[in-house]
Amino acid sequence: MTRVVITGAGCMTPIGQDVASFAENLFTGRSGIREMMDRPPELHFSRTGTVEDFRQAEWLTASQRPIADRTSAFAIAATRQAVSQSGLVAAYSGDSIAVIFGCSTGGRTTEEQEYRKLYTTGGRIHPLTVPRVMASAGTSLVSMEHGCTGPAFTLTTACASGTHAIGLAFHLVRSDAARAALTGAHEAPLTYAFLKGWDSLHVVSPTACRPFAADRDGMTLGEGAAVFAIEALESAVARGAEILGEIVGFGMSSDAHHITQPNPAGPAAAMLRAIEDGHATPDEVGYINAHGTGTDVNDRVEAEAMHRVFGERARTLSISSTKGLHGHAIGASGAMELLATVLALRRNLLPANAGLAETGVDPALGLDRVLLANEPASPGLALSSSFAFGGLNAVLAVRRFEG
Amino acid sequence: MNPIAEECIALIAKQKSISPGQIRLDSTLEELSLDSLDRVSIAFDLEEKYDIEIPEEKLGQIKTVNDMVTGIEEAVRQKSAKPSATA
Repeated sequence: MTRVVITGAGCMTPIGQDVASFAENLFTGRSGIREMMDRPPELHFSRTGTVEDFRQAEWLTASQRPIADRTSAFAIAATRQAVSQSGLVAAYSGDSIAVIFGCSTGGRTTEEQEYRKLYTTGGRIHPLTVPRVMASAGTSLVSMEHGCTGPAFTLTTACASGTHAIGLAFHLVRSDAARAALTGAHEAPLTYAFLKGWDSLHVVSPTACRPFAADRDGMTLGEGAAVFAIEALESAVARGAEILGEIVGFGMSSDAHHITQPNPAGPAAAMLRAIEDGHATPDEVGYINAHGTGTDVNDRVEAEAMHRVFGERARTLSISSTKGLHGHAIGASGAMELLATVLALRRNLLPANAGLAETGVDPALGLDRVLLANEPASPGLALSSSFAFGGLNAVLAVRRFEG
Repeated sequence: MNPIAEECIALIAKQKSISPGQIRLDSTLEELSLDSLDRVSIAFDLEEKYDIEIPEEKLGQIKTVNDMVTGIEEAVRQKSAKPSATA
């Protein structure tokens, strides 16, 4: 079976607008969650993970500028970094490269700006509204820029979009349906009406997200993108590409339970399927980059799912959620977290779970090794989990590349 | 050059990231590589600027920059000829 490796990565996140700064902030625990610049006064929360000083116009070409919403601009910027690092586009014919992105919220910046005009003043809607708003615009613009004419689509599974996208791209390359892929996720959901919608759900932290903490009080919304260049190991080695990590398994499931409440059976099944897909056993898993949103329910149910998969080992398994640093960028979170996982494996250093300083880990979760500090370790297998609203679950299994 | 012509040329230059000096009144939209999306975007900006509506059938008849300018001039004339609702 074809082995699939990562040969390039790029990102545009609240903790770094390239992989080097993302890594630095990840391992020094410098959070990108801050007070909003223009906080709508009536919101019950005041902090988000924003990609500050994003130079959108500088990242876009003259032809991309009028048609790219902020979300597509994130995709374009992160992809350009991944392509530059991997050299992948020059190495393959365009028709053998797939482009598969996750995006759940589409071009909300454009949508809200235009709809506000329409609803408040009866103004005209700009003719570029539709192409800017469509969630698949990022995939289209990236495939146009890099001449990728292979399979290309955007998928949306709320907070699991990125992990599903990367998983499907992995399966396409593994099955030789595509020789290589640009894959990841992008979101720009920090717009007024969307923030109000989240506010009404009463799941956003009035302080800042502290996954698995005893005093956790909700999630913190974020934005951004992370993108990977992936290809078959054999071709990567043949062309002398630097290998950043190996994707070995992908598991999916649906809770078939509730539109917002998770059920442990679904996440547990997705974790097990990712492990089985990678021809591994739960015993090999040494690190989980958890979904860990910081809501009471998610973290409780995710802990229960880990207990179902790993039994007593769940207690001593190294676990961290990095959402306390970059926030919850909806569909893009899974891609950012895969980046964190790949960096952890490469550096033999597992990142701390930010936000546990005050009260420590919630003892009710039965997870004794949620990482209070970075942990030097070389796990044989790591999982990166995303469990979306509506019970759509996706988990990637990755290894450090050992040749 | 009249202000409407200047506005049309400035919008085309901005849309295609070219210098206004490269645009003549007799340049065709095709020569300027204005695709259908460029054309509706420029039409939208002109409609906003002059508070006019360019009829759908007129849009398709615009082949040159000069056609664009006369089309806008005509729409502006028609607008000012219309009796205002509150008059």
